[in-house]
Amino acid sequence: MKARVTVMLKEGVLDPQGEAVRHALGALGFDGVEGVRQGKVIELDLAEGTTEERVREMCERLLANTVIESYRIES
Amino acid sequence: MKAAVIVFPGSNCDRDIAVALRQAGAEVSMVWHKEAELPAGLDLVAVPGGFSFGDYLRCGAIAAQSPVAAAVKTHAERGGYVLGVCNGFQVLTETGLLPGALMRNARLKFICKTLPLTVATTESDYTSGYRAGQEIMIPVAHHEGNYYADDATLERLRGEDRIAFRYAQNPNGSRDDIAGILSPNRRVLGMMPHPERAVDAGHGGTDGQAFFRSLVGALAEA
Repeated sequence: MKARVTVMLKEGVLDPQGEAVRHALGALGFDGVEGVRQGKVIELDLAEGTTEERVREMCERLLANTVIESYRIES
Repeated sequence: MKAAVIVFPGSNCDRDIAVALRQAGAEVSMVWHKEAELPAGLDLVAVPGGFSFGDYLRCGAIAAQSPVAAAVKTHAERGGYVLGVCNGFQVLTETGLLPGALMRNARLKFICKTLPLTVATTESDYTSGYRAGQEIMIPVAHHEGNYYADDATLERLRGEDRIAFRYAQNPNGSRDDIAGILSPNRRVLGMMPHPERAVDAGHGGTDGQAFFRSLVGALAEA
């Protein structure tokens, strides 16, 4: 089984990389891009029966830094 | 006074910080990250700068899970001194020994420059060799030095006089110009600038000498 973890900077935490991407899109002539947030996707190959609770623990302890990041789990 | 410098794969300021500590009179040993125990009778653990584990996932995140990190945490919880510089500061925030996090610099550039810092408190064995408000020139070399903490944490850091150093001119977007902070017992210090790169006339400046002298001096007396 697979799980996909998306890690994003929390709302309210400035994302300078996303801002730089937004500027670059504007420079290429893509109007109307009002905001860009950049994050990361982590795909996990898991043994059958691994619970979402276990994946949540992985996120809390390593995959995300919850001081600045939020995460979402899809399985 | 006994100090240990932790070495991770990718550490690159480990020898510099050992030289600075020895010059101030410390007896220094190097400890590889796979060690689950620190040498007996240690006063200080230094977590050096560099790019531990290639900065994979987040700066300091993998190092914070290494066997030695648990031993460093235990040392701090027993009241031991821990100094984290640059990547070492990132490791200390990732282990939870210091609050907040270090994010990508606001202007996205790697900053490699000697910058003025203001000594924000002299109430610590790290900073007692300076005058309050003194401006010192210390080299900075980082890409992720933008200190972030939420409002409540910042309020607590200010209220408890735990901000050790501020940038005189904020280079990276750090909240409240923070360059270095202390733990509640004032024995754990994390800072992004490199005092160990300012301890020899050949470095172009010696403003870091007072840092290591006061620290090693205080621990030698204790």
